[in-house]
Amino acid sequence: MSVLREKLEHTDDLVFTAEFPSIDGGGMAAVEKNAARLAPWFDAVNATDNPAAHAHASNTTTAIAMKMHGLEPIMQIVCRDKNRLAIQSDMMGASLHGITNISLLTGDDVTAGDEPQARRVFDVDGIQAINIARGMATGSYLSGRKIDPAPDFYIGAVENAGAPPFDYRIQRALKKYRAGANFLQLQICYHPDRLEAFCKGAAELVPDLKLIPAVALVKSAKSLNFMNDKIAGIDVPAASIARIQSASDQREEVYQLTLELAKHALSLPGVRGLHITDFRHDDSLAQFMSDLARVPSY
Amino acid sequence: MLKKLLPLVEHALKAPVWDCRMCGQCVLHSTGMTCPMTCPKTLRNGPCGGVRENGNCEVKPEMKCIWVKAYDRTISLPLPKVWKEHYNDIRPPVDMRLEGSSSWINLVTKRDQQTPAGWSLKDGSH
Ligand code: SF4
Repeated sequence: MSVLREKLEHTDDLVFTAEFPSIDGGGMAAVEKNAARLAPWFDAVNATDNPAAHAHASNTTTAIAMKMHGLEPIMQIVCRDKNRLAIQSDMMGASLHGITNISLLTGDDVTAGDEPQARRVFDVDGIQAINIARGMATGSYLSGRKIDPAPDFYIGAVENAGAPPFDYRIQRALKKYRAGANFLQLQICYHPDRLEAFCKGAAELVPDLKLIPAVALVKSAKSLNFMNDKIAGIDVPAASIARIQSASDQREEVYQLTLELAKHALSLPGVRGLHITDFRHDDSLAQFMSDLARVPSY
Repeated sequence: MLKKLLPLVEHALKAPVWDCRMCGQCVLHSTGMTCPMTCPKTLRNGPCGGVRENGNCEVKPEMKCIWVKAYDRTISLPLPKVWKEHYNDIRPPVDMRLEGSSSWINLVTKRDQQTPAGWSLKDGSH
């Protein structure tokens, strides 16, 4: 049973989701350590799929390992590395292990990663992948071949409210909903005005789509600069970077900035939760959650 | 004969203007006369999340994102209303078998509208 679905579809509770760190070495001990840190605070946690076009332990195996250690995974599938067959087998394989939250996205290009020589796939795009998932959940593969019983997927997607063309992003939210998405995690956004315009528009156009904006816990102005320069689709306003740069305590100032962004995001129409990417890996996650009035469940 | 000739004619006409890639399932009319197959990710359903602040492409920084272009053109070009309405269609996955064939023939024979049996939208349409 998906706690995420239960909360989003049958309660008014806010949900909190996080990003599971990519697993390279470290084996199950690494999974266990990260799971223990995140479990008290989050309803569900993203198992990513080669994020930023870097190879890591696969989405499915990471999701299974997370589940074994008490987390509810949201398994992401990106269209960059897999054709339609592999995408469907990823989903069927996840379902075999009781993983039901599936989030489908187009994904960064191979040129964003450390193996830009790779062949990019993009056999289907994010919206087509969402609709394929919906088809499977209603009982058939894309080919029409029956799946009985149908896997019980709770389908999600990702959208970037902070990238042009801004007003068209709302139309895309509707498209994703029409294709089969129930919830929409948003890319980290340092422009509260853009986020606000998006959420207002989406809440009006697609009231049933559950919006989950994202913030990132980072350490300094340097990290903001890094995101601004290196992560596709993320723009950090110069004024925000300057504010952190000129502060006597950068760690504290960027924490406050993130808290402001989080509180603002949670106040917006259509917003049903918050997604947190923790790049600090220190004790500030617990502080942050407490500052957002979250109570841990141990 | 026509099957061999038409792809050549179609490509000769469409390549210089729209950089046509001969996917065989032309959607130019619904995308502000902008070919989605020129998107490095060959996305058929709108811009990815990587569009740059200046509207340029994540993959090719010197090129305008083709979906930003398509959006602007859909708004500004004097295209028929129905074409504009088709802009938000959910376009099905490309049938790779049609690559290199003439979309004109595929349009007339309705071959370009065939989708896999499992492809249907929430509202029941294809
Ligand atoms: S930025 Fe635009 S043109 Fe470039 S890959 Fe994304 S959607 Fe395609």
